[in-house]
Order: sequence, then C-alpha cells, then structure tokens
Amino acid sequence: MADDIRALSAQLAQDPQSLVFLRLAEALRRKGQLDAALRVAVNGLERHPHLADAHDLYARVLTDKHDYERAFDEWDMAVRIAPHHTGALKGLAFLYFKVGDIAQAEAHLEAARKIAPDDPTIDQAIAMVRGNIQTPEPSIASPSVAAPSVASSALDESRVFAGLDGANEGLLLIDGAGRVLGGALRDKSGTDVTDAVAAYLGGVSQEAARTAKLLGLGAWNGLSAEGQQGNVHLAHPTPGALLLVVRERGVPLGRLAVLAQRATLMARRWLEEET
Amino acid sequence: MSAALDRVTRVRGVRGAMLVSAEDGLIVAEQSMEGVKGATVAALAASLAGRLQRAMEAAGIGSSVFWHLQGEQGALLVVPGGNAGGEGILVVAVTEPDVNIGLVRLELLRAAEAAV
Repeated sequence: MADDIRALSAQLAQDPQSLVFLRLAEALRRKGQLDAALRVAVNGLERHPHLADAHDLYARVLTDKHDYERAFDEWDMAVRIAPHHTGALKGLAFLYFKVGDIAQAEAHLEAARKIAPDDPTIDQAIAMVRGNIQTPEPSIASPSVAAPSVASSALDESRVFAGLDGANEGLLLIDGAGRVLGGALRDKSGTDVTDAVAAYLGGVSQEAARTAKLLGLGAWNGLSAEGQQGNVHLAHPTPGALLLVVRERGVPLGRLAVLAQRATLMARRWLEEET
Repeated sequence: MSAALDRVTRVRGVRGAMLVSAEDGLIVAEQSMEGVKGATVAALAASLAGRLQRAMEAAGIGSSVFWHLQGEQGALLVVPGGNAGGEGILVVAVTEPDVNIGLVRLELLRAAEAAV
C-alpha cells in the first residue's frame, strides 16, 4: 500500500492535471491518512471542478472525517453533474439513513439499483435500510451506520427552556455541527424528530449566514417560515448555536418571533452557565 | 409574470424581485434595482430553500409556504410556488430592513399564483 501511494504520488507530481489524484486520495483514505487524502482531493477538485468522481471522492473523505454536512453537498453536486453516479447515490442514501430519513435512503438506493442492477452492495444496503440492520461496510458509503445519537438525551435536556411552553416538543437548541444541546421536537403523531431536524438544521444555519453575508444583508438575526402544517422560527443565541421554535400553523410568525426572543435569552443564559 | 413582479417591487423598501427556478437556482424573470446581484440572490435563495425544505419536512410540518431571512441591513423573502413538494418556482424579494413584511408577503403570494 505504501509503495502504491509513493508511485501514485510520483505520477501525480509528474502530471498534476491527470486523474491519478482519484486513486491516490482513495488509497490515502483507505489507509486512514484522512488529512492527506483531503488535501489531494481538494487539489484535484480545484483542477477538475466538473468531475463527478472528484466530488464523490471528496465526499467520502469528508464522511470519514464525520463532516456529514459538507459530504452531503459534495454528493449532491456529484449527482447534479452525473445523475447516474451510483457512488454518490449510495453516499446520499447513507446520509439520509444516518438522519433517520429511511424513505429518502431507500429512494436513492433504488435509483442506484436501476443504474447498476448487478451491484450486490446495493442489494445489501437496501436490505439493511429495510431491515434496519447493521451495515456491512462499505455497502452504503463509508463509516458505520446508525452511530449512537448525541440527541438521544435531548429530552432530558429540556431544562434549558424550563418554564417555556413547548420546552419538550417544540424548542430545540443545537450547535453549529447539528448536535443537540437542549430541548426536543416531536411531530404531530408524537414521534421524536429531534435527531433528524438537528442534522438538517446545522446546514440551514451556515447557509443562512452565508446568504445574508453575500447578499449584503449584514448579520442574520432570524429566519421565519410558514409551513403547510406549522410555523418555525430560527435564531442564533450565540454565533455557534442555533435555536428553533416550532408551533402549529395557527401561531402567527410575529408571535413566534417573540417566543423565540424569550427562548433565545434563556438559551444564551444557559450556554453562558455551561461554559 | 412581469406584472406580478411589478406589484412586488412597487412595495416601498423592496430592492428587487425575481422568479427563480427552485431546482437549479437560475433566474426566470427579474426586476431589480441597480446593485442587486440577481444571479447571486437566485442561487443562494434556491440553495437555502432546499435546506429549509428538508428541515421542515423532517420536523413534520410539510413544505414551506413562505419564508423570510432577516438581516441587520435587509431581508430576503421567498414564496415557493409550483407543486406541493416545493419544486418549481421561487418568488423572491430582496428588501431594505424596515420594509412592511406582511405586504411583501401578500404580493409574493399573488405573484406565485400568477406564475404557476
């Protein structure tokens, strides 16, 4: 393996434009040299920004580094460039599975199976998703699936919002990486959706900050949204944290913003005490 | 479509309005003041809309009907049009910070109806 890496590095040095970076980064990734793999993947991607394989490779390295948010973006980009890229479809399926979105995971795997019906790893992954059994690596993407959930203790952390209406079902505080700090969310059927929402919100926060900055709107201080069955308000009590308030549709966005303000103050106080 | 955007941009404080393809973030129609980077607005609005959509669906409250990003120096307001899955067209407005949000929301909803 070390010889392979040396040989591939030499080839790449001779011809930096060649696609050998794909093999080199993959070899480094398999060897666990993730920082080196990341550097090679990023350099390759800079030279070949429209190559779906490069985005797929970068996503795999990011996944190994547990940077799921950026991995999602890269696999999403790979599928946009090459809709039939089975590696990217499997990668997206893995991330959907990881946040508990079984339907999306299955849909992406089914799409991959249509493209590569003879790939046994896809059948394995579908069986795993349907049966919710442990993944045989690397059937979906890379690391093990269904990692222990940080948010599983979220219900016990509702004390952040103690005294506020909906502290156990409609208020959620997360950090910048989508990890739950406090509060909990339940959907209409009473199912705990804390994990899944937290995972998606990590990305929303970064995207909101980026959008506000690039559009010259200054620092963002809130995002309100009306949904078909409920309304939400997002705020950030500290630069690294994100607060979500969810209420039924009948609660107007203005009132939701007021609720969010109160919750923001409590969250800020709680975060200061914790640090 | 142009008339629908006209009504949005007539609201005081609106700096620009546009119809954006939700899938690829490209401008379909636009009426903006000088200085508003239409292509950037379109791409970022579509990207944020996609993320928000996933979070809202995970929360069990369905697709977004209207959303509003408030910044210190302005706001981005979006009404997703098209089908129930949120695919299709986004009607987007970029505004000054002190705009009447309710009024812009109404005009965006009207524009979305006209655009579908």
